[in-house]
Amino acid sequence: MPQVSLTVNGKRHSVEVEGRTLLVELLREKIGLTGTHVGCDTSQCGACVVQIDDKSVKSCTVLALQVDGASITTIEGLAAADGTLHPMQEMFREHHALQCGFCTPGMVMNAIDLVKTNPDGLTEEQIRHGLEGNLCRCTGYHNIVKAIAAAWPLMHGKKVPAAAE
Amino acid sequence: MGAGMIGARVQRLEDPTLLTGRGQYTDDVHLPGMLHGCFLRSPHGHAKILRVDTTAAAALAGVERIFLAADLPPAMRARRMPMLLPNPTLLGHLTQFCLATDEVCYVGEPVAFVVAATRPLAEDAAALIEVEYEVLAAISDVRDAVAPGATLACSADTDNIASVFVQKYGDIDAAFASAPHVFYETLWQHRGGGMAMECRGVAATHDPVSDRLTVWSSTQTPHLGRRTLADFLARDPETIRVIAPDVGGGFGPKAIYYPEEAVIPAAALALGRPVKWIEDRREHFLAASQERDQLWTMDIALDADGRLRGVRGTMLHDTGAYIPWGIIMPFIASVTVPGPYVLPAFHLETTVAYTNKVATSPVRGAGRPPAVFAMERLLDRAAAELGIDQAEIRRRNLIAADQMPYKVGLTFRDGKPVVYDSGDYPRCHEMALTAADWSGFPARQAAARAEGRYIGIGIGNYVEGTGLGPFEGVTVRVQANGKISVLTGAAPQGQGHKTMFAQIVAERLSVNLDDIIVTVGDTAAIANGVGTFASRITANAGPSASIAAIAVRSQILKLGAMVLETTEDQLELVDGQVRAISGNRRGISYGDLARFAQGMPGFSFEPGQTPGLEQTHYFTPPQAAYCNGTHVVTLEVDIGTGGVTFLDYVVAHDSGTLINPLMVDGQIQGGVAHGVGNALLEWMGYDANAQPITTSFADYLLPMATDVPPVRGLHIESPSPLNPLGVKGAGEGGTIPAMAAIGAAIESALSPFGVHVTDYPLTPPRIIAMLRNSPGWRALHD
Repeated sequence: MPQVSLTVNGKRHSVEVEGRTLLVELLREKIGLTGTHVGCDTSQCGACVVQIDDKSVKSCTVLALQVDGASITTIEGLAAADGTLHPMQEMFREHHALQCGFCTPGMVMNAIDLVKTNPDGLTEEQIRHGLEGNLCRCTGYHNIVKAIAAAWPLMHGKKVPAAAE
Repeated sequence: MGAGMIGARVQRLEDPTLLTGRGQYTDDVHLPGMLHGCFLRSPHGHAKILRVDTTAAAALAGVERIFLAADLPPAMRARRMPMLLPNPTLLGHLTQFCLATDEVCYVGEPVAFVVAATRPLAEDAAALIEVEYEVLAAISDVRDAVAPGATLACSADTDNIASVFVQKYGDIDAAFASAPHVFYETLWQHRGGGMAMECRGVAATHDPVSDRLTVWSSTQTPHLGRRTLADFLARDPETIRVIAPDVGGGFGPKAIYYPEEAVIPAAALALGRPVKWIEDRREHFLAASQERDQLWTMDIALDADGRLRGVRGTMLHDTGAYIPWGIIMPFIASVTVPGPYVLPAFHLETTVAYTNKVATSPVRGAGRPPAVFAMERLLDRAAAELGIDQAEIRRRNLIAADQMPYKVGLTFRDGKPVVYDSGDYPRCHEMALTAADWSGFPARQAAARAEGRYIGIGIGNYVEGTGLGPFEGVTVRVQANGKISVLTGAAPQGQGHKTMFAQIVAERLSVNLDDIIVTVGDTAAIANGVGTFASRITANAGPSASIAAIAVRSQILKLGAMVLETTEDQLELVDGQVRAISGNRRGISYGDLARFAQGMPGFSFEPGQTPGLEQTHYFTPPQAAYCNGTHVVTLEVDIGTGGVTFLDYVVAHDSGTLINPLMVDGQIQGGVAHGVGNALLEWMGYDANAQPITTSFADYLLPMATDVPPVRGLHIESPSPLNPLGVKGAGEGGTIPAMAAIGAAIESALSPFGVHVTDYPLTPPRIIAMLRNSPGWRALHD
């Protein structure tokens, strides 16, 4: 079987995979990181979003062989070693942006990318459009939008909160 | 600490685990030697199974075993699955076999279960199983199922009727005979599925040393699962533990008992190895229950001034190929119609019919959304015909606060009369209208029209029986390390039950939230449990937690007085300590007291003292607690595309005393999202052969962040007199009247064309079709 070498949350792994093994299967079953979830298998729901070289990607639609040599960040890699939550995780908690928590890892991973790639600010409309690839059945999204708006100034080291009530 | 916890906007205890990827959902259960399963399912809506050949599949490397019906334990192969909610009106074959024997009645019905080293291998093998089918005619539309001489959905029956029942009170004939106004509506209502983001899943392992079978299932009802499994496997229930671990959303479909929940444990026992099956999304569309189609034909009779005289009609409900949850959903629908209104007479005949589609069972709202849609559409129609404002016709008919408790005249599904226990419906209605500036809307609408924009406003009112009994129990136990264990069978799927229980117990025992460890959804935690549905946990298990904690508090004080050699009135409870408020102010921690109470050599109990600092209580409510609410929706319709944009969404809501307003607000916002999906997007399609045609989220549209408006929520807290916390359920009110309010607002927006809304989902193509068929459009374009 072919072998894939990659870095996940700062740790190097070399794993044997089948040609058809998906990145999400590699992460969940071979490396044991079960925080990344599968909700639809067809790239609509976004529960499986991880970051590949700092870019948010749906890991149910990437073959493990495609990420050879890449650096992956999953939901397990966000909090500090002492348990301090990433500002996005903290804002999700503060604004009650999760209920069952199943879509949450993908939401958080995508939201971080959304904030990072919009250093000049994020409107509510931009946040909502930025979440079109992530489905949530519990929250009705509004608290997720609020959490992302609140995380923007924290992640960019600014005091002025972004738009969105 | 602990004081003021009930009613506080406390952040959830569940969140740090879920936010860091440490949640444990069923698919996250990995055990050494675990095998993976996959179901082979019927590709036909209706067929005879003539032959099954597993030779090629079984020969594939890595395949452990292929189970057909004949390979299952006797109780699972010899008879259909049990009817868990019997009702004397039920007719026909009722339920399916765990694995089909000689007939399949819906696309997705399980035929074989393949167990292999990996899931991909199991899928490869399933594709190699040869099944010879004789395809039979299928019934797809419930309206065809009840026609004379209709094709049979199941060859065991003589017709497709699953149940016929009548709900009535008052003199309906008299109400209509002399009525100055009678109007008639035919409504076709379609709801999709629950569509939790986590599909179903079951993992099972048998430990031969202890002969203990442990099952993890993404379920809302673990105790029901254990009972049913014990019957199927002919095992002592004490040797079975069912755990609902973190569950990624429920919304109803995970409340019923499915064949997969029996087959996976049976396979694990037969193979002597752990077995896991995780449903994929396509399977979920095929094999998890939905709510689907209802046809309502309704008459309304009114006085000259718009006061209700009576409502009568018929309702036809599509149960699919089987009826595993009995008539619960159409039954609830039938008793919800009168809603918050003084309705002197009512008569509804409900027919439940089989079709060749997956079974239906309650989805969030559980039959109430279509009932509310029916009543509110009738009122809007009457208002339009009589030239009365839609808000005003409701004002004239709402039950007044001083009429509480209000006896409707019907019997609810708990067997008790429908008696609304508390609430101020007119005040709730006015709060929502005021917040939405109802009276200013005509001017806003006229201004929009002048700009060529079509905006509309609509109202939805509802009353919901929540907190159904018979009970839900909680054990509160002080551990020797000072931590407080709270144990219950109630299984959450995102509601935040752990936080809710911790708030109640923290307040009662004067401890920090951090000192409380809540275990939920585990049959090993408590002897009996009912499950999470019908917005019942806070109203059943909440009071149980409170009563148990108060009893433990009393134990702490009694034992504390003895150990500290003082009297109870000289003690205070602070931060997990019992302290004397006089003398030398000695104190002892709850944990050290628990060590005494758990039994210590040489230390005797007082007469009547029970072991431990612990109490189990099963609160049994006398009847359902009725919550209520009003939705007022303002939206805009693009007449070029049929797209709908929300401008404002107001919910005024009364679910009694709030334990955690942050979580209740979250339930309302999320419930509205569900209603928006039902009203505008979600359609579970089948072709004429009952073949599902929407089996991914590319075809079946869930609302996205751009589709759901922020909800402006307003709370009234009318404490329920039926439980010591005054709470009522809050999980479904965001959904129940949403279709009615959104449908009314779309009709209002398109009123220049004379569009009349009688169905949903109101997708853009449906709105364009309604427009093009409207008198106004034809006058302009023909």
